[in-house]
Amino acid sequence: MHKLLTDRAGEKMLLLGNEAIARGAVEAGVAFTSTYPGTPSSEISLNFFQMSQESDLYFQYSTNEKVALEVAAAAANAGLRSMAVMKHVGMNVAADALMTLAYVGVKAGMVVLTADDPYMFSSQNEQDNRFYGKLSGLPVLEPSTVEEAKALVPYAFELSEKLKEPVILRTTTRINHSTAVVTLDSIPPRVTKGTFKKDPFNLVTVPAVSRKLHAKLLEHIKEAKALSETSPLNFIEGEGAWGIVCNGVSFAYVKDAIKDLDVAEKTKVLRIGFSHPMPEALIQQFLKNCQKVLIVEEGEPYMEEAVKAFAQQDGNTVEIRGKGEGLFSRLYEFDPQTVRECIAAYFGIPYTKPVPVDVSDVPEVPARPPTLCAGCSHRATYHAVKKAVEGMDTIYPTDIGCYTLGVLPPLSMADFLLCMGSSTGTAGGFSKATDQKVISFIGDSTFFHSGIPGLINAIFNNHDLTLVILDNGTTAMTGHQPHPGVDMSRLHLEGYGRLSIENVVKGLGVPFVTKIKPYKVKKSIEAIREAVQFKGVSVVISEEMCVLYAKSLGLAKGKPFRVTDKCKNHRECLSIACPAFFIWDGKVNIDPDLCTGCAVCAQICPENAILPVKKP
Amino acid sequence: MKTTRVIIVAVGGQGNLLASKVLGEAALLADVPVRMSEIHGMAQRGGVVESAMVFGDAQSSIISNGEADVLVGFEPSESLRALNKCNAKTLVITNLSPLMPFTVNIGNGVYPDLDRLQELIREKTAKLIAFNASALAKEAGSIMAVNMVLLGALIQTGTLPLSADHVKEVIRTKTKKAFTTINLKAFDLGFSAARQHA
Ligand code: SF4
Repeated sequence: MHKLLTDRAGEKMLLLGNEAIARGAVEAGVAFTSTYPGTPSSEISLNFFQMSQESDLYFQYSTNEKVALEVAAAAANAGLRSMAVMKHVGMNVAADALMTLAYVGVKAGMVVLTADDPYMFSSQNEQDNRFYGKLSGLPVLEPSTVEEAKALVPYAFELSEKLKEPVILRTTTRINHSTAVVTLDSIPPRVTKGTFKKDPFNLVTVPAVSRKLHAKLLEHIKEAKALSETSPLNFIEGEGAWGIVCNGVSFAYVKDAIKDLDVAEKTKVLRIGFSHPMPEALIQQFLKNCQKVLIVEEGEPYMEEAVKAFAQQDGNTVEIRGKGEGLFSRLYEFDPQTVRECIAAYFGIPYTKPVPVDVSDVPEVPARPPTLCAGCSHRATYHAVKKAVEGMDTIYPTDIGCYTLGVLPPLSMADFLLCMGSSTGTAGGFSKATDQKVISFIGDSTFFHSGIPGLINAIFNNHDLTLVILDNGTTAMTGHQPHPGVDMSRLHLEGYGRLSIENVVKGLGVPFVTKIKPYKVKKSIEAIREAVQFKGVSVVISEEMCVLYAKSLGLAKGKPFRVTDKCKNHRECLSIACPAFFIWDGKVNIDPDLCTGCAVCAQICPENAILPVKKP
Repeated sequence: MKTTRVIIVAVGGQGNLLASKVLGEAALLADVPVRMSEIHGMAQRGGVVESAMVFGDAQSSIISNGEADVLVGFEPSESLRALNKCNAKTLVITNLSPLMPFTVNIGNGVYPDLDRLQELIREKTAKLIAFNASALAKEAGSIMAVNMVLLGALIQTGTLPLSADHVKEVIRTKTKKAFTTINLKAFDLGFSAARQHA
């Protein structure tokens, strides 16, 4: 049985933040779950996926976050407790639906989980999604620890049902990817079938209806604010005159700092866990006997602006600081030492910084950037494109996936990237704005997610570009989740449809479509050359399963290669930057344990010096 | 309870996430408060994987520069890279078997000299325990068990409020059945290696 389905209340388990959240959802009786995978949220949905295979919990990998939110919104309007899970930037994709869902509201509880990524460990920006609360009018809840992350999910569902609105649960990477001991509660039965009651004049958002619904939303916000004022998630610890307001993981750093600096008597901490709407009266009360106040929050000065405004309303002139020179940054994530230091500096507490060892005389340690796996088919495709366009002035708009790692030299196959799906739209812009040859790259999962509209646009507006679709049969980057093009029978799962990228592209009316097997180097180069020469929109579908995925499915059949003494040390093979290669004694070698036998290097070598390892 | 902060650094694929999981489960078994955090995601693409473990009474699950009580490096150059996490009182345990970064493999960048690397760490920190953990893992039956070798060494030093019995119990019950014997042997080899190299 899946460990998160253990129905033994009181049992203690060591859980990753994302497991704790998934467990919290199960303890809340969630019935309907959906996602588009994205770090740092991915393990939440992975656990839903696994649990759905052995229980009546419904889960789907949706095409993108907007669809994930829409299916969950429908389920919640049919009376099922539902949850849509996404990373912070996924919320941008879902935002169109979210804004108006706030008008329509829900019948059963609905939670939208957004996982923010301060410091951008694995994201293209570090936007602060608390602002989605303000923008949509929906409540926002934020846990400070892994244990609280679990507890917040049932709370969020109840709040959602009280307000008849979806609730935003916002985490950050250090909640999602931290681990702690969590105590299990019991699992209630799930309500897995609902009914939809027609009510078009409250549910169909034509202008006349929406005017009424917006007024209703404002009522709900007022109600939410009253709940925030007395919520146990917004609490005060201590009675000192130095005020500290904090949220999320910062609360943990603040607590440790107060202990380390031994200032518990002097401080008073307001932890905000219900951060939209902010509890105005509670904050004004908190500020009353403070000498000065420090706001500790990662990201934007979201609470700082609110607290200052509330103080002003109340005619309170107490000094309030947060972001700014000598204090906290809007950049990146915090850590215990930064928080300790800022608290000491702001309140004038004597404090000697810990002294890290002096590393000034330590020789530079060679970089170890993540690279495409040995034998990754993306490397082969990149090589073929490079050869096919030799001598041309090119632009390579790219997209989000493992293949983005092609940005690093010596591959250097990425020139422009905004967000999921942007390769197709930006390619069209570059093709019109320049005379350079535009060849853009998109993965299969990303193509389904949001690449298709840009391609349609290119056909309609008659752009001149080549789109290379890197079809490796999975969503590799985030941990091999399925997508609409995946053969689910490989995972022994039934009841799924399957879309062919080729049919989609041809159906759209792309005038030139070709398919390559990237491990066949010569043929691939020729096919790409033809596609690039085509005037108009051409699509190259490069089909080869992700080697890591193939290995996990037991489908990797390649035998390792070796460099024989025919090698003349041109080192052309190194141009593809395969990590199975190493230089030993001035000579090129292949690590047989890493080589997957894709044979791309063997086809590149002008001396035919790379051959299969002989059987012993 | 005293707080003990441990950083584990490794190269993707060396199994440090399993190592921290075993320690976390052992802490749960021993009723020792524990919080940990890890940065993964690109682990399988050969990048650096770092996990932080905080035992005892602390709320934070990450460790600031200069604040690690123990640094465990699964790979020597990664131990050196993580030296900024240490202070003069830190105990460092490192594997001495290098995994060449690809940059070095293709001739960009120089791998640090292993003797100099040990000298540097010894000079700057309280204590260094350095040995070839990969060789011991192979001796135990699989290079994959290098994580268990280093766990054994870590437990031997007595810096954590966890006994070898707690950790072995977790290895027996929570790691893959097929590897239990190898893992336990690897743990013991690491345990005695730390005693020898202390
Ligand atoms: S996981 Fe798959 S797609 Fe990603 S780098 Fe490795 S082989 Fe390539």
